[in-house]
Amino acid sequence: MSEKPRVGVYVCHCGINIAATVNVEEVVEFASRLPGVTVVRNYAYMCSDPGQQLVREDIENENLNRIVVASCSPRMHEITFRRTLQDAGLNPYYLEMANIREHCSWVHPDSEEATPKAKKLVSAAVSKARMLEPLEEKEVDSERTAMVIGGGIAGIQSALDIADAGYQVYLVEKSPSVGGRMAQLDKTFPTLDCSACIMTPKMVDVANHPNIELMTYSEVEEVNGFIGNFEVKVRKKARYVDIDKCNGCGECADNCRVKNRIPNEFDANVGKRSAIYLPFPQAVPAKFTVDPDHCLYLTKGKCGKGPKCQEVCGTGAIDFEQQDEEVEVKVGAIIVATGFDTFDPSNKPEYGYQDYPNVITGLEMERLVAASGPTGGELLIGEGENARKPKKVAFIQCVGSRDASVGNEYCSRVCCMYTAKQAHLIKEKIPDAEVTVYYMDVRAFGKGFEEFYDRVRREGIRYIRGNPSEIFKKDDKLIVKVEDTLTATPREDEADLVVLAVGLEPRQDARGVIDLLRLSQTSDRFFMEAHPKLYPVDTSTDGVFLAGCAQGPKDIPDTVAQAKGAAASAMIPLSRGKVKVEAQTAEVNEATCRGCGFCTEVCPYSAIELKTINWFGHEVNVAEVNEALCKGCGTCSAACLSNSIQPRSFRDSQIMPQIAALGVKS
Amino acid sequence: MKMSVENQSIIEKLDLLGCIQCGRCTGGCPVTVRTNLNVRRFVYDAYQASLEDLMEELAQYSEIWDCTGCHTCAVRCPKGLKPVEVLYSLRNQIVESGKVEPTVRDALESVFLEGNPWGKPKATRFDWMEGLEVKTAEEGQEVEYLFYVCCSVAYDPKLQVVAQNMVKILEKAGVDYAFLGEEESCCGSEVQALGEEELFMEVQEENVELFSSYPAKKIVTLSPHCLSALKKYEGLEAEVIHYTQLLAELIDEGKLSWEGEFPKKVVYHDPCYLGKQNEVYDEPRQVLKSVPGIELTEFDRSRERSLCCEGGGGKMWVETESQQERLAETRARNAKELEAQVIVCACPFCILTLDDAVKAVGYEEEMEVMEITEILGKVL
Ligand SMILES: Cc1cc2nc3c(=O)[nH]c(=O)nc-3n(C[C@H](O)[C@H](O)[C@H](O)COP(=O)(O)OP(=O)(O)OC[C@H]3O[C@@H](n4cnc5c(N)ncnc54)[C@H](O)[C@@H]3O)c2cc1C
Ligand code: SF4
Ligand code: SF4
Repeated sequence: MSEKPRVGVYVCHCGINIAATVNVEEVVEFASRLPGVTVVRNYAYMCSDPGQQLVREDIENENLNRIVVASCSPRMHEITFRRTLQDAGLNPYYLEMANIREHCSWVHPDSEEATPKAKKLVSAAVSKARMLEPLEEKEVDSERTAMVIGGGIAGIQSALDIADAGYQVYLVEKSPSVGGRMAQLDKTFPTLDCSACIMTPKMVDVANHPNIELMTYSEVEEVNGFIGNFEVKVRKKARYVDIDKCNGCGECADNCRVKNRIPNEFDANVGKRSAIYLPFPQAVPAKFTVDPDHCLYLTKGKCGKGPKCQEVCGTGAIDFEQQDEEVEVKVGAIIVATGFDTFDPSNKPEYGYQDYPNVITGLEMERLVAASGPTGGELLIGEGENARKPKKVAFIQCVGSRDASVGNEYCSRVCCMYTAKQAHLIKEKIPDAEVTVYYMDVRAFGKGFEEFYDRVRREGIRYIRGNPSEIFKKDDKLIVKVEDTLTATPREDEADLVVLAVGLEPRQDARGVIDLLRLSQTSDRFFMEAHPKLYPVDTSTDGVFLAGCAQGPKDIPDTVAQAKGAAASAMIPLSRGKVKVEAQTAEVNEATCRGCGFCTEVCPYSAIELKTINWFGHEVNVAEVNEALCKGCGTCSAACLSNSIQPRSFRDSQIMPQIAALGVKS
Repeated sequence: MKMSVENQSIIEKLDLLGCIQCGRCTGGCPVTVRTNLNVRRFVYDAYQASLEDLMEELAQYSEIWDCTGCHTCAVRCPKGLKPVEVLYSLRNQIVESGKVEPTVRDALESVFLEGNPWGKPKATRFDWMEGLEVKTAEEGQEVEYLFYVCCSVAYDPKLQVVAQNMVKILEKAGVDYAFLGEEESCCGSEVQALGEEELFMEVQEENVELFSSYPAKKIVTLSPHCLSALKKYEGLEAEVIHYTQLLAELIDEGKLSWEGEFPKKVVYHDPCYLGKQNEVYDEPRQVLKSVPGIELTEFDRSRERSLCCEGGGGKMWVETESQQERLAETRARNAKELEAQVIVCACPFCILTLDDAVKAVGYEEEMEVMEITEILGKVL
């Protein structure tokens, strides 16, 4: 690196984004006087092809060997300009960016402050650029397999796409069957397709696809490695049923001693099941599972004279000795499709969900109107002799959404439409029922949504604009206390069934997945994408992608679209068979390293280990960086007491001049 | 049009632009069944009124005085607004212009001069202690629990028993307590509700200073209204709790138990200032359940869904004109449906309004209204 630095500086206007606040001419003039600077130019859009062409030509004609682009955040265009350098035959790591947009023009109101700051930022970038060194981008082989975590419609779709493209997929689902929430739905808005009819074939495909290994009733325990080379440990929980022998006949469940006594989670707990169960008739795989929390034999060690299920099973499939099994697989990419939970309305006690059986959630409603549900699709309120069809049904929207008082400020995006759908279904089943929807805004933004909302209103569903505040009881009627805000009339409306349009929340156990895969969360607590617009299915962990409601509330069309996007992105390393590894990794100076191991403890990626070397006849410990794992975050360097470990491109020798140029005294 | 700084700050302070006009505030407001108050409309109109400097005109709507300060609107608002405070700031317009009802004027004046809103002399505040050995606080000497007696409890003959029984209970439990002595004065809860923000600030300042000379681990209030006010005080360091919280703890730790029995069917009424505003729901019930022989039932509208008795928000001094039944009367009827012999409560204002209501609907022969400490006094 003996050649003298010849720096080219390119100041971008970003249309008026930068130029309106930063005096570009002044910055150019200033930069031209900085040591080592050979060329300075400014251009309206540096990232455009003509902008990049300027850089390429100057490298060729002016023999430039360092490039500073003063424009937007490196998160936006560092990769773009590295490619520009590479195209012109220069090592891409000879690039330094000065962020004069996000860090400057966008945050300062006038050029009085912005221009001097832009100058400092450019000067700092030039100081660092002079010290840059060329780095080599390495590639390692990638596994040509993928894992999908979560077997809802998102996970199913991603798995099918990847498998259809010819790669092996491991689909890991926590519950005994794939299907997720969509399997719980009756019909789906806005088209009213029967959910099971469009879902079941895909569930069967997943089970039969030669490229998919379906692991139900399983959970990911540990993930190591990096993009292209993840090592994943999966725990297959004991079902206490040998799936090769079980033929799904159901004799066991019919004879279980606690038959119909255990709330069925699949039916949102409105239906009951046995301790050995198939969550729903179309479950895939169609194999029974023993619920270890409710089975008498497993909890009490005794079930009558012996487990009834075992007695009646014709194939001898039930095996109480079965143990959890741990398997380890290697995959090149991982898709997280763990979905959502619904808001628990007991957190809004004013609606009386905890007190009144006739106040139910939207998900419970889905099960009550579903032909496959616990009532066979008949909607009844009251028990036994009192059972009757509801005549006045009230829907309350936005329960647990758009509501700072419960910490959920976001809109759940599906409740307006599922309410319209359920209102329609009730009207269909009970034509003389009075159905009222209490809303604050109806959000019908998707394809066919507004048309569906129009149709439902004309069917005689009453929409009242006001979000109810309270539910109480007068005699045996529920009273919905609400204001009709369009006429400014406070009302106390009677209802005999109230349906709460509960919003979508991150899964209760999302923390576990975050820790396993080093994911981040947005302020709504859903998993965070790498960029809300440009990398919507990527995450901050390379090789890990998001699909479906795990990333944020969405309907089925959006879920499927995102699942296909995640599958396509996950297939990039699979189809290339190779992945680039970070070039800006940490480097150890073995001559000064004391082998104390501080760095190994602080590295968040477990990329450092101690090794023993022979140092002039002495056995000494020194740190060693696994370049495939290192992300160049620099944590090690901050911890090292002897300055022996430094990230490339961020060495002290490179960043100290940069800091000094900002005017910081050391 | 240029907005004045003051109006700009009203918009910001009350977060008027945060409102999405969902109607939960008015939907939840208990008094809409008997008055014209629509608090959402005031949130909506206050924005325009601030822009055009018309707050004083908006304040002419007499229904701003119907608000009971229950804070249901604030608890239910999904956007974190406190609609009730819009009404308080409108009341402030009237108070500042001096055109208030004589009852209100007298109450405020009495707080200013005598340290209580009831027009009673300062000097008789501690008459309730007569005939009792009461530990009073000494300057600079820290106590575990410093008791703050509400003005209504201190002066109202029906309520003095609350403080008197409290002393007996504390003696029995043997805790380190003290009452405040002569210097105690009004907490300002109702002053603020009546819109006299300036006087409230003064009261706050004086009380914070007072508490700094009588250090305590915890300040214990007898009234939920004092609890709410003290909790708002800026610069008050000690933790403030309601007496039911302390008693529940003592009972739980086995430091307090009862000799007698109270074999009656009682129904507990959640005061808005204790429940909705401070989320104290379980402790009063815990205390009641510890009484031998008692049968505790619940209103349908209880806890977070409790029906306001209309005693707060300065309503002790402003009558609501309405043909409709008072909410406290509805409460009494509900209690009758439950066949309760006693409506029990933990707030002096609730006691006064419910007691009136029971008489108004003619149940006084069969139904009593009692403060929790009154029951405890019978089983000590
Ligand atoms: C009441 C209601 C009605 C609706 N109606 C409609 C409608 O009519 N039309 C429409 O378009 N949309 C509707 N939706 C939205 C629809 O349900 C979702 O868009 C869809 O279910 C999202 O699918 P998903 O795969 O992302 O999540 P999910 O369906 O939640 O699937 C996630 C899967 O991951 C599994 N899982 C979770 N954590 C783990 C883990 N750690 N390891 C392994 N597996 C895990 C779960 O068991 C589950 O099987 C409705 C939603 C609700 C609440
Ligand atoms: S509850 Fe809050 S957001 Fe809704 S109308 Fe009232 S003040 Fe506005
Ligand atoms: S504080 Fe209570 S009475 Fe006053 S406006 Fe709010 S809800 Fe109505």
